Amino acid sequence: MTAARATGVAVVVLLLAFLTVPSLVVIVVSFNPTAIMAVPPHGLSLRWYENALTYPQFQRAAVNSLIVTAAATLLALPIGTAAALALVRHRVAARAVWAAALLSPVVVPGVAAGLGFLILAAGLGLLASRGVLIAVHAILVLPFVIRSVSVSVANLDPALERAAASLGARPSRVFRRVTLPLLRPGLAAAALFAVIVSVNEFVVSLFVSTRVTEILPVAMFTYVVNYTDPTMAALSTLFIAATFVAVFAAERWLGLGGVFGLEGHARGGPSR
Amino acid sequence: MRARLAGPLLLAPGLVAIVLFATALGALFRLSVLEFVPGSLRTGGVTAANFHAVLSAQYLRAIGDTALLSAATTILTLLASYPVAYALARARSGRVRSLLLGLTLAPFFTGAIVRTYAWMLVLGSSLVTWPVRLLFEPSGVLVGLVHFSMPTMILILAAALAHVDPALERAAASLGARPARVFARVTLPLSMPGVVSGSLIVFAWTFSAFATPELLGGGRVKMIANVVKDLALDSFNWPGSAAFAIVALAVTLALVAGLGRVLTPRAS
Repeated sequence: MTAARATGVAVVVLLLAFLTVPSLVVIVVSFNPTAIMAVPPHGLSLRWYENALTYPQFQRAAVNSLIVTAAATLLALPIGTAAALALVRHRVAARAVWAAALLSPVVVPGVAAGLGFLILAAGLGLLASRGVLIAVHAILVLPFVIRSVSVSVANLDPALERAAASLGARPSRVFRRVTLPLLRPGLAAAALFAVIVSVNEFVVSLFVSTRVTEILPVAMFTYVVNYTDPTMAALSTLFIAATFVAVFAAERWLGLGGVFGLEGHARGGPSR
Repeated sequence: MRARLAGPLLLAPGLVAIVLFATALGALFRLSVLEFVPGSLRTGGVTAANFHAVLSAQYLRAIGDTALLSAATTILTLLASYPVAYALARARSGRVRSLLLGLTLAPFFTGAIVRTYAWMLVLGSSLVTWPVRLLFEPSGVLVGLVHFSMPTMILILAAALAHVDPALERAAASLGARPARVFARVTLPLSMPGVVSGSLIVFAWTFSAFATPELLGGGRVKMIANVVKDLALDSFNWPGSAAFAIVALAVTLALVAGLGRVLTPRAS
């Protein structure tokens, strides 16, 4: 290994450490028996985990998160799949405008969208409703669903559907037995993205939720602002662990490189 | 006939989502030009006062700080992300590549609150004596913002670099160019689309950042999004808050429009 290459590797390792170390600190702190960090630690303790899991506001927020994320994902998947099919496959007037409008929630700043939804919900007298949170989350995850499913739709060979149809399958049967199964990788990636984005969504949710309907990130934010004990570290560790499992599982089974357009010359694959 | 109707029918549910989103933004615009009545959520007549307030000294400072922090974040993120993106795009072993991608994506997917809380622990730790005070200072907010933007920048740069043919670098090297020259004359110019789009996206995201300055700034560092939240949720001045939100929205949309121009291939 040349000196230049060794330096390069060292720089990359240092930068990756910068990305990773904060999460490691959270994990260490979460097992610390006292509220104040000591080196060496005075042993291991699960008391902050007990605190986090028994804190009523976290419990309530966890249930809200579960309901909101599940409902928003189930809403966004069919809507996004239909839109992806229309945009990739069908003749649509002003296709670019449709695509821009459907993907726009990604680029609009969270505070602008959040305040807009707050004003709208207040005007409709729906401020205390969980339905508002569900609708808002569905709108916010829709772009991610459309992007993921579109990749699968573009890779789907229409000849397979024509073959099924020519063998006598009706359109609904072609869709169920040919189209949907071929879209499965895109749908799986879309569901994964939708869940991750929704579970972590914070700014917009802060504007449109109340103490009763708030989801976990909002409850965690309130907790950090008011308390400094490592209960948050314990809950954060659970989040980090879940995210790590999800990301590595997705890389293993779905191949995230393709989703992010990293398949190029480096691996000799065809560039798109 | 059926085929022609299929497109619009498939888009109908999406249209509902678009209309809801547009209505919310419309409500934001409407309120921004209505008079704020203190102590009430009712509004008065049409006025430009909310946008005048945006230009007062106190708030101009928040806008200036936001622009400065966004610019500094963009530059530092670019410098810190390029080496990782290069390693990711050029990794020959699938295992190394998966590891790099996983380590990059894990923070990407961890969520703003958890990541910012992690930096509160690191910057406020009693174990490490930082050379300068970082927590609740702009410098600490900057560290958090760079950390927050790096995964996005790495992914965009790596996607651009993956399409730079390594044969071109080898060709330059075989003709006698040193590694630094190969980088400056071949690799960097060919990865410029990624550099430009990554920088625009990071600048736009940072410009409307909320959680990082809110928690790491401890109320002492105010960016535009923090002012929007203070005015809307603490002072209940929705019209004033809406005017600020529109400033953030306008800057973001201008940058995205610029991005569209950069990415649209020129006719050749």
